[in-house]
Amino acid sequence: MGEVIVITSGKGGVGKTTTTANLGTGLALQGKKVVLIDTDIGLRNLDVVMGLENRIVYDLVDVVEGSCRIKQALIKDKRYEGLYLLPAAQTRDKSSVNPEQMIKLCDELREEFDYIIVDCPAGIEQGFKNAIAGANRAIVVTTPEVSAVRDADRIVGLLEANELRNPRLIVNRVRIDMVKRGDMMTIDDIIDILAIDLIGVVPDDEKIVVSTNRGEPAVNDSKSLAGQAYRNITKRIMGENVPIMDLETDDGLMFKIKRLFGLKTT
Amino acid sequence: MLLDLSKLFGKSKASKDVAKERLKLVLIHDRANVSPQFLEMVKGEIIKVITNYMDIDESALDIQLTKTKCDDEERVVPALVANIPIKNVKNSGK
Repeated sequence: MGEVIVITSGKGGVGKTTTTANLGTGLALQGKKVVLIDTDIGLRNLDVVMGLENRIVYDLVDVVEGSCRIKQALIKDKRYEGLYLLPAAQTRDKSSVNPEQMIKLCDELREEFDYIIVDCPAGIEQGFKNAIAGANRAIVVTTPEVSAVRDADRIVGLLEANELRNPRLIVNRVRIDMVKRGDMMTIDDIIDILAIDLIGVVPDDEKIVVSTNRGEPAVNDSKSLAGQAYRNITKRIMGENVPIMDLETDDGLMFKIKRLFGLKTT
Repeated sequence: MLLDLSKLFGKSKASKDVAKERLKLVLIHDRANVSPQFLEMVKGEIIKVITNYMDIDESALDIQLTKTKCDDEERVVPALVANIPIKNVKNSGK
């Protein structure tokens, strides 16, 4: 029986879709059979982030309405063995799907896949309720900003009210230089406030923009620091014990030289 | 070094500490999730009890949920603050 993991955040723009794409691809690279579901009906984006936008025929609404079979709507990612995408509808709205339909869909997909990763829309309304309905695990994505952390706290409360206990936290877009200056909350600060378990820290990385431009998830880029972070999170999802990446040591040689000559304050 | 010096002279706080403090305060309110109706109920009960002992100015009565610092440490806890102007203390209450 597969696991259904919802990726949520409350606030928009913190990296839910990027996280979904990378973790899903990461799990497929580990040999798992994975389906990604985009539940952001009307504002779908997981398809473009995955680079599969030209292959959509049917979507999530077609499936729940019975206009097609699940198999017909699943887009097989030819680059990664075992990876599939169920795209959201673009010309409908969130009320086109209800939580009961999502539970049924997730239960059917569980039979077939190891992991079902659900990309949740921003907000706490219908779309959120749909996305969490069929899930048995939740990952909350936040960034080290007051607005994102506040919304994450609200989401944690709502997840627990909906019987999704022990959600895990990803702190995304961490900038070590700013943390060192005291201008960005540390991971410990955020955990202290949200009081939930951490599953990963993803550094701010230009390569994410490049990978999104190309529609190729960074998790497959061995040189990307964010990609490495996603690979680690992938393993933690699978139950492996991987220590949290020490971002301090990844300053790079230039940084160390500059620091040596007093050009960089730490 | 710049950062350390400004700290030494007690100047501006690191902005991340400001962020953390502000977040903690706002979350107390968010988490309490106290509805206006709930506060009205509490207000009604408080008035009922107090009017047994004193005449109060009900129109100027103000009850709200805020936060306060604990005496022992830096910890911030939610607090129910009531401002109740007294017109006259009844004899029976003395």
